[in-house]
Amino acid sequence: MKKYKVKTTISYPKKGATGKTGNWRVFRPILDKEKCVKCLRCWIFCPEATVIRNKDNSIDIDYDYCKGCGICANVCKIKAITMKRESMDK
Amino acid sequence: MAIKEIPTEECYMPGSAACPGCPATMALRIVFKAIGKKMMMIVPACCTAVIESMHPNTSFNIPTMNIAFEAAAAGASGVEAGLRKQGKDDITVVAWAGDGGTYDIGIQALSGALERNTNFIYICYNNQIYSNTGIQRSGATPYAAWTTTTVGGKTEYRKEMGEIIQAHHIPYAAQACISYPEDLYKKIRKAKQMKGPKYIEIMAPCPPGWRFGMERTVEMGTLSVETGAWALYEFENDEIKFNGISKLLLEEKIKPKPIEDWIKLQGRFRHLFIPKKDVKKLQEIQDHTNQIWERYRKCYL
Ligand SMILES: Cc1ncc(C[n+]2csc(CCOP(=O)(O)OP(=O)(O)O)c2C)c(N)n1
Ligand code: SF4
Ligand code: SF4
Ligand code: SF4
Repeated sequence: MKKYKVKTTISYPKKGATGKTGNWRVFRPILDKEKCVKCLRCWIFCPEATVIRNKDNSIDIDYDYCKGCGICANVCKIKAITMKRESMDK
Repeated sequence: MAIKEIPTEECYMPGSAACPGCPATMALRIVFKAIGKKMMMIVPACCTAVIESMHPNTSFNIPTMNIAFEAAAAGASGVEAGLRKQGKDDITVVAWAGDGGTYDIGIQALSGALERNTNFIYICYNNQIYSNTGIQRSGATPYAAWTTTTVGGKTEYRKEMGEIIQAHHIPYAAQACISYPEDLYKKIRKAKQMKGPKYIEIMAPCPPGWRFGMERTVEMGTLSVETGAWALYEFENDEIKFNGISKLLLEEKIKPKPIEDWIKLQGRFRHLFIPKKDVKKLQEIQDHTNQIWERYRKCYL
């Protein structure tokens, strides 16, 4: 990445700039790939960009950073995503 | 337009400091997708300055300049002039500020930039409060809403920023909402193609600020439009065109949902329901909303 030599405070882009925000999560979105109709509503509405859109418009969830807000589950019209409490034994 | 036509590329990087369910990051993702990497963003003090995360890292893969609370549009004017002087005319300058930074402290810088015909897009994400500093009232806070500075409910109605903007007769202004991403995307794309000052305001329901569950951000935005608490429109060449559900409401092709459907889900209005339902105040809010739409009909139909 290009670094700049100027006398001011510059920050550089980084995934997880606030750390692994996945550990904020209380509920984990679980996707049922069988049910999913690839409408991409969860992808466009995820505030964290942690619903990953694949080339074939199928989706995956990035659990390292997903904050567990539950919006993806809420906007999915066919309930292909359900929120499950994170287990204590991880 | 379908959701799948919106580009996949992300310039918002996961793992930021935003609250779960944040409407600002939701909207930023769409803005970044609509404009692409050839943009320069100016962000005053507001939640977004925090969302960017801490030095030496940032969650935005877009050149961004932070500036004082009141100075978003002034900063953008300077950046635009600098780029122009260097002959870089393919870079879109975007000022991105909260409603506090827009309706209140930033209004003179904004008005000046619009009047000077600055070639930029000013985007206000309107979460109806000063959320970054812990939920204080702004000029955009609706009547009767609780904030830490309006304990017992705000006693004034919110101002109509859209109409103040229209008085500048700029080439393009629009109101959008995070719950309608295709509409928002189209409006930003349109603004990007135009020269001169453009203003876009995005309704952005904030879970901690409005006191609702973080999974309901999208729902809260949809209801704001369906109840008529917020209107979607475009203002182009001095002509205003309502769109989506707001158009149907304006033309009375559908009936708005009762305003109560929207406010009863928000803890900031809890005092209107507990311990006893404040029927009088609820009716007042409904009447005021109806009046606004009557005025819209008189002016814009
Ligand atoms: C001149 C000045 N006054 C006060 C502040 C403190 N301050 C920082 S952000 C903020 C509120 C921002 O509210 P808004 O623009 O609505 O954005 P939001 O936080 O809601 O995203 C305030 C009061 C400041 N930075 N500068
Ligand atoms: S729970 Fe929230 S952050 Fe996690 S993938 Fe779903 S929408 Fe994104
Ligand atoms: S919203 Fe539901 S159906 Fe649509 S892509 Fe996401 S999981 Fe699949
Ligand atoms: S307070 Fe509201 S706008 Fe600010 S980061 Fe949290 S959810 Fe987003």
